[in-house]
Amino acid sequence: MTQTEFLNIVMPFKDKVFRLAKRLLVSREEAEDATQEILLKLWKNKGQFEKYKNIEAFAMTMTKNFCLDKLKSKQAQNLKIVHSNYQDGSTSLQKQVELNDSVDWVGKIIEDLPEQQKMVLQLRDIEQYEFEEIEKVLNMNATAVRVALSRARKTIREKLTKTHNYGVR
Amino acid sequence: MVLDNIDELLEKYDSGETTLQEEQQLKHYFAQETVPPHLDGYKAMFQYFSVTKEEQFSKDVPLKTKTNNLYKWISVAAVVAIMFGVYINQPRTITDLNQLTVDEREVYDQTVEGLQYLGFAINKGNENMKALSLVSSNLNEGANKMTHINEFSKTTNKILKNK
Repeated sequence: MTQTEFLNIVMPFKDKVFRLAKRLLVSREEAEDATQEILLKLWKNKGQFEKYKNIEAFAMTMTKNFCLDKLKSKQAQNLKIVHSNYQDGSTSLQKQVELNDSVDWVGKIIEDLPEQQKMVLQLRDIEQYEFEEIEKVLNMNATAVRVALSRARKTIREKLTKTHNYGVR
Repeated sequence: MVLDNIDELLEKYDSGETTLQEEQQLKHYFAQETVPPHLDGYKAMFQYFSVTKEEQFSKDVPLKTKTNNLYKWISVAAVVAIMFGVYINQPRTITDLNQLTVDEREVYDQTVEGLQYLGFAINKGNENMKALSLVSSNLNEGANKMTHINEFSKTTNKILKNK
């Protein structure tokens, strides 16, 4: 397999790998390193690509395992919290500031969720995977996925309303 | 855009039972500027989701191809082969006459004979040259005597002038 063939396979989902890694590792640098590592691993195993039915799902599972291992090891204990630049062109400035604030909050709230809920939410609400794909990637059954997703969504919204009502921000 | 069944849909969303299409609908709904205030929380969530989806991996990944490695080793092998070939084809250095084959020995003897003859001829020539040099030394002697005669004639001329 040549480099271009490999890139054609990998390109469509490399950003997804990166975003999942960032969701779990929080810091952008660490997520970039992790993504690089995973792509190199895929490149090394490119001979066995035919064996896997769905390379993207395989890569996502690899990402999940890699990041969870990384979180377990002491290496990742000093995490940097990096803000992303959120942009929104249409709303007025006042509204924008307010909204960016609550949009920021969503990210922070997700950070506090348990790993499994983070991953389910990431794959469903951000990457828009089908439930069957999520089950395969995370090796969970259908009910577990739904329960985790529902809990994550509810927690985020509860915490958001709390910050709105008590002015904690 | 107004969704009539928005509350129903959101309830389904909260319990994780919406399909991807329904979620897409919700996403579109919350992308608009004004939503009812009690739905602000949802708006923030959906906005966060679409913003986060834009994030991209921008780092380069160094992919090494294995064929490169193979070429390297082939060139190393070629160099080794060439050097071995040069070593093998080097002319023999002979230090002792006994190492010569019969043919070579014959050629060697002939050459030696020829060279000896040449040396003899040169020596002969040298002897002839000796006779010539004897002649030239006699000539030199004669020339010296001539200068004496010149000197003598000069003085006679002087005496003649004075008279």
